[in-house]
Amino acid sequence: MQDLIWLLPTFPLLGFLSLVLTSGNLPKQAVAVIGAGSIGLSFLTAAAIAVEFLGSGETHFVLEVWRWMSVGDFSPGFSFYLDGLSLVMMLIITGVGFLIHLYSTGFMLDDPSYSRFFAYMNLFVASMLMLVLADNLVLLYLGWEGVGLCSYLLIGFWYEKPENGYAARKAFVTTRVGDTSMAIGLFLLFAQLGTLNIQDMLHAAETQWAVGSGLAVAASLLLLGGAVGKSAQLPLQTWLPDAMAGPTPISALIHAATMVTAGVYLIARTHVLFELAPNVQLLVAWIGLITLLMAGFTAMTQHDIKRILAYSTVSQIGYMFLGLGVGAWSASVFHLMTHAFFKALLFLAAGTVILSLHHEHDIFKMGGKRKQLPIAFASFMIGSLALAAFPFTSGYFSKDEILIAALEMEGPGLLLWIGGVIGAFFTGIYSFRLVFVVFFGESKGHHEEKEVAGFSMATPLFILMVLALFGGWIQIPVDAVFSHGEMPEEHHISGLMHGIMIAVPLLGIAVSYLFFMSKTFSVDKLMANPLAASLHRFWFSGWGMDALYDLLFVKPFLFLARINKSDLIDAFYALLVRVSQVAHSMLARTQTGQLNWYAMSIAASVVLLITLGVLL
Amino acid sequence: MQSIPIEHGLILAGILFALGLIGVLTRRNIVFVLMSLEIMINASGLAFIVAASRWEHADGQVMFLMILTLAAAEVAVGLGLIIQMYRRFHTVDINVLSQMKG
Amino acid sequence: MILLFYIAAAVAIIATVAVILQSNIVHALIYLILSLLAIAVCFYVLGAPFAAVLEAIVYAGAIMVLFLFVIMMLNMGQRSIDQERSWMGPKVWIVPAILASVLLAQLLSVMTQYDHELALTSVDVMQVSALLFGPYVLAVELASILLLAGLVSAYHLAKK
Repeated sequence: MQDLIWLLPTFPLLGFLSLVLTSGNLPKQAVAVIGAGSIGLSFLTAAAIAVEFLGSGETHFVLEVWRWMSVGDFSPGFSFYLDGLSLVMMLIITGVGFLIHLYSTGFMLDDPSYSRFFAYMNLFVASMLMLVLADNLVLLYLGWEGVGLCSYLLIGFWYEKPENGYAARKAFVTTRVGDTSMAIGLFLLFAQLGTLNIQDMLHAAETQWAVGSGLAVAASLLLLGGAVGKSAQLPLQTWLPDAMAGPTPISALIHAATMVTAGVYLIARTHVLFELAPNVQLLVAWIGLITLLMAGFTAMTQHDIKRILAYSTVSQIGYMFLGLGVGAWSASVFHLMTHAFFKALLFLAAGTVILSLHHEHDIFKMGGKRKQLPIAFASFMIGSLALAAFPFTSGYFSKDEILIAALEMEGPGLLLWIGGVIGAFFTGIYSFRLVFVVFFGESKGHHEEKEVAGFSMATPLFILMVLALFGGWIQIPVDAVFSHGEMPEEHHISGLMHGIMIAVPLLGIAVSYLFFMSKTFSVDKLMANPLAASLHRFWFSGWGMDALYDLLFVKPFLFLARINKSDLIDAFYALLVRVSQVAHSMLARTQTGQLNWYAMSIAASVVLLITLGVLL
Repeated sequence: MQSIPIEHGLILAGILFALGLIGVLTRRNIVFVLMSLEIMINASGLAFIVAASRWEHADGQVMFLMILTLAAAEVAVGLGLIIQMYRRFHTVDINVLSQMKG
Repeated sequence: MILLFYIAAAVAIIATVAVILQSNIVHALIYLILSLLAIAVCFYVLGAPFAAVLEAIVYAGAIMVLFLFVIMMLNMGQRSIDQERSWMGPKVWIVPAILASVLLAQLLSVMTQYDHELALTSVDVMQVSALLFGPYVLAVELASILLLAGLVSAYHLAKK
């Protein structure tokens, strides 16, 4: 059964090919069956493989499908590597992916490019599966690039509007910067260690590189660059909020549950390298912390329902980076899983809200919708509770594990913990701000619409609600990957710290209640203060990072392009043309058309040649 | 009988050749150019005969015969062309025919 | 005999100089015929009677006469003589003279390397024809084809 692991990316790939080759000529039911069915088949296969793998008790399994290329010492294969970490990832991707595909069959029903949507989604899932199941970094990079491509295609799905195209382009270019860094990291690793097979490479690194050596620092920094790009962390986080221009299901799948977690996966996969460079690992934690705080501030000021969720995603991935940075590998992966559940739930519910209210995105134009949109209300409640880490929801377990691990770390661990707790406070505020504004209070506009939630859309929401509530009890089998055979440690946290960690999100929820539900405090009075208003503007613009990048990169580039308008490089080739033209006109003057002249030139040349012959 | 040094024969051929060359380069009347070409061809034929005399065989005369044939054919065609030229342009000035300029 | 050679050579050179200096075209042709006949005498002295006779009959007799016919046909008259004189100013002679003298100098420097006395034995017609029907028969055939081509093209070109 484990040999069937190659089927996992193949099903979606076949789905993609069949949808592309029929290019919109199939009826919508057929497209839905192919599109969602292929992921469903992958999920069933993944589940069967998971059962067998966990039952067999092995730690890992490799399947080489074929040898990809063989050049000198470099011979990566198309090989799949199954261990606890990739098992978890593949189940998340296929499981949550299937639910989102099922949801999209209903959500995108009115869209004319139905077939194209599912084609791109299937290609995305295929690439993502190749990314997580890859045995070597080359295949991983293939999947990495594939998901980047599909992200571009799907963000700009409604390409008739130019803004969507710009958003897609921004996402692609920003992640490209990260991809380049990662590629250089791959070159470095291959040049130094001679192999890109992940496990071999990690063993070689452990034996050959000392802790804190320059090569380890360089390699892990470069890989971190790639991860930061894909996972929308500082400094490459500017693309994710704009990526909400795409349809809501792709925001759920790509920009919440799977692609943005690829960076976390990469770091977890190559964790040995990061352990060899503790400074870089600490940097990961600091990046995570700063990003989660920045995104938290910004999420509190946004009023587009999807942008709030987008900044929330950036913030939660910041938590995962924080966990990776303090060495809590399993906790980060656990948080990845629970985040996939509740963030997908939130995004899909947001899709329901948007679709029901005729594509309204502004939360301040909605209100009191809980009777009108019951399923969405339930989803948002449960999802937000999980997001804010309400006790005993899935989010609670995972976030707490990360924060405990941060606290236990020596050195800046306390600072990181305090930052994480403040972040949790903000998470509570903004998540329930959304719930209270949209679902409580007076109803503004769109009174008569009924909820759009057919079977295909409601079922995934229900399943995700269950997972978001109870998913925290799932034990993920990743300890074997990270612990190198040691036993997991016991945690010793004082009751006070534990109490603070539980109370702070509740405090956030309470603050949000006071501002937005009972209107005890008023946001408007707060905004009357000019300092508060300017802070609001600053946070709203994402801490001015877009403007900063515009100043640093876009303007100089445009300036250079303007200077080079007459194209200096081309001038060289124009010079070649000019030289030959001049030579031609000079030679053309020797063709006078007069017999005299020709006879003279023949005679002169003969004389010259004989002279040469006589002299030499 | 005395004999002639071979150089003298060749010198004669050379002088005649050079004179013919001057004629070709100087004259503007195409008939004169053609005549000067004949002088040059004749000079090279003389050189062949001198060589035949040196080796005392007849190959030089055979070559001279060939050269003669060539000159005859060439003159025939050339004069035909001159007639055409005169009919069209009513001149025998070679500088008039410069349409192949540039 | 030897003296005859040198006299004929001198006549040929003088006649050739006269050809290239003439402005009357018919006079130039006559001088050319004279030059060719002098060369024919040289041939005879050098022991090539067949070539001498051919030179006189074919070259001087046929080719030059052909020239004369065409010139008579063109019928250019006094005007052409004046035209020739006007074209032949002193300036046109300079560069050709230099070029030709350089060439002559080179030829002479090469030719005077050979030091051999010519035996002046007569190679008669029998030997020539033996060669023509023997090794060089192909050349003869080709020459006849060449003449045919010349004939056809001359006919065609001279048509109205």
